[in-house]
Amino acid sequence: MSKPMERLLELRQKAEKRLFEQKFKARMRITVGSATCENAAGANEVHKRIEELIKKHDLKDVVVGRVGCTGKCDMEPVVTVLSAGAIPSKYMHMTPEKADKVFESHILGGKPVAELTMRQQAGTKAAHYVVSVCGGSHCHKDTTPDIGQAFKDEIAKHKLEGKVAVTRSACQGLCEVGPVAFVYPDGVMYQKLTPEVVAKIVKQHFTGGQPVAENVWQGDRVTNRFFPVFGDVPFFGRQLRMTLRNCGIIDPESLDEYLSVRGYEAAVKTLTMMTPQDVVDAVTKSGLRGRGGGGFPTGVKWNFATAQKSEEKFIICNADEGDPGAFMDRSTIEGDPHTILEGMIIGGYAIGAKQGYVYIRAEYPLAIKRLEVAIEAARKAGFLGKNIFGTKWDFDIDLRLGAGAFVCGEETALIRSIEGDRGMPRPRPPYPAASGLWGKPTVINNVETLANIPVVILDGPEWFSSIGTEKSKGTKVFALAGKVCNTGLVEVPMGTTLREVVFEVGGGIRGGKKFKAVQTGGPAGGCLPESCLDTPVDYESLAAAGSIMGSGGMIVIDEDSCMVDMARFFLDFTQDESCGKCTPCREGTKRMLEILQRISSGRGMEGDIEKLLRLGDTIKKTSLCGLGQAAPNPVISMIKHFRDEYEAHIREKRCPAGVCAGLITYSVDEVKCIGCGACKRKCPVPCINGKPKEVHVIDQSRCIKCGQCFEACKFDAVKRK
Amino acid sequence: MKSELMLKEEAKAKVILPEPVVSYIESCRQKSRPESHLISVLHKVQEHFGYLAKEHMDAVSILMQIPTAKVTGVASFYHYFNFTPRGKHRISICLGTACFVKGAGKVLDRLKELLAIDVGQTTVDRQFSIDVARCVGACALAPVMLVDDKVYAEVKPDQVAKILGEYGFDAKKAAGK
Repeated sequence: MSKPMERLLELRQKAEKRLFEQKFKARMRITVGSATCENAAGANEVHKRIEELIKKHDLKDVVVGRVGCTGKCDMEPVVTVLSAGAIPSKYMHMTPEKADKVFESHILGGKPVAELTMRQQAGTKAAHYVVSVCGGSHCHKDTTPDIGQAFKDEIAKHKLEGKVAVTRSACQGLCEVGPVAFVYPDGVMYQKLTPEVVAKIVKQHFTGGQPVAENVWQGDRVTNRFFPVFGDVPFFGRQLRMTLRNCGIIDPESLDEYLSVRGYEAAVKTLTMMTPQDVVDAVTKSGLRGRGGGGFPTGVKWNFATAQKSEEKFIICNADEGDPGAFMDRSTIEGDPHTILEGMIIGGYAIGAKQGYVYIRAEYPLAIKRLEVAIEAARKAGFLGKNIFGTKWDFDIDLRLGAGAFVCGEETALIRSIEGDRGMPRPRPPYPAASGLWGKPTVINNVETLANIPVVILDGPEWFSSIGTEKSKGTKVFALAGKVCNTGLVEVPMGTTLREVVFEVGGGIRGGKKFKAVQTGGPAGGCLPESCLDTPVDYESLAAAGSIMGSGGMIVIDEDSCMVDMARFFLDFTQDESCGKCTPCREGTKRMLEILQRISSGRGMEGDIEKLLRLGDTIKKTSLCGLGQAAPNPVISMIKHFRDEYEAHIREKRCPAGVCAGLITYSVDEVKCIGCGACKRKCPVPCINGKPKEVHVIDQSRCIKCGQCFEACKFDAVKRK
Repeated sequence: MKSELMLKEEAKAKVILPEPVVSYIESCRQKSRPESHLISVLHKVQEHFGYLAKEHMDAVSILMQIPTAKVTGVASFYHYFNFTPRGKHRISICLGTACFVKGAGKVLDRLKELLAIDVGQTTVDRQFSIDVARCVGACALAPVMLVDDKVYAEVKPDQVAKILGEYGFDAKKAAGK
């Protein structure tokens, strides 16, 4: 073993020892989610209360710590209680008051408060053991016996229904030893399951308490750390966490914790045991493609930069997550910042860059702070700077802040911004890999791409490429938001269908409304209707359906949204963000926006749809950079799938969803109105007249169509048409 | 050698900008490619004053030895920088896709109506200013409204007046004006 590796393992051992003394030897360990979203939901107050309670009761065997965001945004703040021999309790929607309750019952009394846990909320019954059977396609072939059913049958045979619960998980990437199943709380992954083995497990493990040793999977993958803690909750169990493998597991501000999950092992391995070309080859072989939206093969990009002869080269991490509705990168950085640094160290070594930059949005103060803390700790440990890890390689990383320009997500514009200039793109070629930052060869990778690099190195490119589809390997993180039940971060293997993401992981539409469309790829993407729900998520399939993979925003839209209004929203965004350098984007998006505004205000003309399509096509073909080339996508895809809605606006002057203010009128139903005056009090103009207990009337000439009367009426008497 | 005029200008600039910013600029000038730090310098200036005035940018130009035209050009390119004084309380409405789908536009309308100002403006008493955020990355809490650093989640138009009330806004008084 090389000296640097010995040194790293020694550091890890020391870190583990320290962590054991501080945390792991405790009888109970409480973790509180800590990220922008968690804090906004009140995590800090909860954390403070738990600290106070521990102090008040003078508990020496209970510790509280912070972890990154798990990605279950709509249930935040999330508090997890871990203790030996019990399934970790995940408490949701915590408040200081609920913390008191949990403390009293669970921490002091040893009895979890079931009604506050995610498991209970998801409708899973309480049980001592939970068996999570892999539902991936490899473990679940038609030719193999149904393992889940085998478990259920055996459990029924032994009358253990109250003690053991069976659930199904997404593919956990153990296909070569499948079928597999995981048993909580013992943390045992069973491999090569057959009905006979299942019978043995139920008898020996669930009644006797002794795991069936010969079928226990003994491997160790960095991607198998999240599932044992959270996988029993369906929302998490139906995901495969590769990028977000440590988010919600480790304290993002502790280098010790990152080391304990095999942190920096991949970096030392590449620096001491692989040549730069080996690294490039491994990444190429893994099939990893850029996660920022373009989907360019990362290995090919690196190879191109490696081949360049230059004294100075650079690697840049693009953390300028500008797509509205996307927050994967923020969460990754806030939850696991060292992973990004490690990915950059490996990439820097592969291409021959000694300096890296992270270009991050100024709008993400917590992510910036965590990166600063991580960089400082890495420098202190000798992981950044001169002779990193005790090798002969020098590498350092600096932060550069963006300042709110969407176009800076484009490579050449981003480079201009780091140079301290206006972030305007330039024509390519030359590509940044040949001539980038200050004219030197530069590789730019997105946060999610870099977070996958340590996985490729440690778990191996062959394994990595076994996940996903033929052309899209690995997983993709989506920021699922909008009108869906479970909002949050969802990481699924490539090839999972949109339906599975929206309805299985996402739990379907909120409030019993009807699904209308799912928007992927942000302002550069498209809207896909119900008929496209069986599209698998991979680069090619989404493009064929008329949208794009994009960076990972996924907004679910229900019947309350108008497609003309949505298109106008996106165009308004891109038009505002157009840097103005090239004419098609600067002028073309403006004209498209004007046409959309005209349509939504009821002044649409026959032929407007054709005009939009023609203009969109021209902008796509002639714009300088990705922003302009993709700007018409939302409009084109919406016309393709929702043309009738556009036609209703233009021909019938009607907005079917009742959104476009210019096309709706509010009136009072004379039969239903009881004259309570609620609408009159709310009206800001005011244009509603009527005496108490008499029918009220809206003066149409003065109505500004704000809709407040509609919302205020409790008797359904205000009508919107 | 710096001319007497340059030294005079520099001395003037150092009075305009706060000391930490001046020393930050000096540290940047020691590094290679100092002009690449212009954006982070502007961030620090805006953090201190709340906005970028012409004299602030002139001072940055002199101390960093970058033409004023470029400093202004860079500052005006990025949305994050603004050139008018902000209110004591800065209100941002997130207009990211998730917030938009969940009705942030209506929250913004109500806010504009209550404060009687438009986006990018400040109330006459300098108490409030309204900005629009592109996406603050808290999509699950949509629609989101920020007052200074505090995040208000799932805001409904009817709650706006109450939230403003926490910062000393009197809806009745404002309506009477």
